[in-house]
Amino acid sequence: MHEMSLCEGVLQILEDEARRHDFKKVSKVRLEVGALAVVEPDALRFSFDVVMRGTVAEGAQLEIVNVDAEAWCFDCCDTVPIASRLDDCPRCNGSRLKPTRGDELRIKDLEVA
Amino acid sequence: MCVVCGCGGDGATIVSPNGQSADHHHHHDHGHQSHDAAGPAHSHAPGLDAKRMIEIETDILSKNDRFAARNRARLAEEGAVALNLVSSPGSGKTTLLCATIAAIGARWPVAVIEGDQQTSNDADRIRAAGAPAVQVNTGKGCHLDAHMVGHAFEHFSDLSQRVLFIENVGNLVCPAAFDLGEVAKVAVLSVTEGEDKPIKYPDMFAASRLMILNKIDLAPHVDFDIDACEAYARRVNPEIEILRLSARTGEGMQAWLDWIAQRRADALEAAAAAAEAKGAALKAAADAARGL
Repeated sequence: MHEMSLCEGVLQILEDEARRHDFKKVSKVRLEVGALAVVEPDALRFSFDVVMRGTVAEGAQLEIVNVDAEAWCFDCCDTVPIASRLDDCPRCNGSRLKPTRGDELRIKDLEVA
Repeated sequence: MCVVCGCGGDGATIVSPNGQSADHHHHHDHGHQSHDAAGPAHSHAPGLDAKRMIEIETDILSKNDRFAARNRARLAEEGAVALNLVSSPGSGKTTLLCATIAAIGARWPVAVIEGDQQTSNDADRIRAAGAPAVQVNTGKGCHLDAHMVGHAFEHFSDLSQRVLFIENVGNLVCPAAFDLGEVAKVAVLSVTEGEDKPIKYPDMFAASRLMILNKIDLAPHVDFDIDACEAYARRVNPEIEILRLSARTGEGMQAWLDWIAQRRADALEAAAAAAEAKGAALKAAADAARGL
């Protein structure tokens, strides 16, 4: 359940941004979540609602933007798309893959007032 | 509660090497960019309260990663090397650490940060084995974060040239996401667990540089397919290094000590090179001051 502390991290960023950009209310948060990020979207949504209660982002909508994953295939010597860390190379069926994209966990933008 | 960085809100408590609960008297020399970073000039028109979009493109873990970078820089400067030991509960991390401390003896300075939700039992065991230990109780937290570890540093007399073992909370999920400033994550898996753990919990094995197959002396008595386990680990992380050992019998311990020695040599060499470069710059400035 580290989704709770991730959401506390989100809240800290929102509060910093609220001071910096002088806004009082966040109505929407767009999060980019990579296919390989160590996070469960449902747990993230649940934690988000709980953590944001009584804050600048109370009741804010959480929009999760999925980011596809890619890996370097040591056999093809090329970048290939994957869906999970357990996938084989879609091109050569080899299993020697090193993910190069897909662990994103980033606040993309905010809708504020 | 620390008013500068708001710590204490994470519910963690830290117990010093002397076993006394600390009152959090840490030095606030860290940057805290997030608190006081100057933003762009505000240009909103009065009375205009419309919704607007703000692009921030900020990693959720950026704050943890900043603390981790601080920890890493601090350790690098000291020629110290931190290893973040991760596993499920009961894999034998603390026993492995006690055996490792005994085997290292007085050859290298060591230190241990123990992470558990509650109790100082593990730190007590480490101290009994002869190493200074700081216990961090994460309360409800399921992992150590870089901020807690940075504060734990302050409870050691110094970090100079130390091998710092960080025993994370027993959990094969959450600690994978939190960089603590370590040189490497070391995943400990025992043969009394399932051999498919590397594919059940791929994130942890993907994040680890070394996997230790512990309790290898029990292998003949359990249905644990060692080769399959190693193949699974390489499947999620083709570059992972693997050592088979038994902390109880000492089998494989030498290879583990050699592995640590290599990390330590790399850290010391890097620190020496940085110190030499700094010395050369100071020397050049001194020569210039004399008008040479």
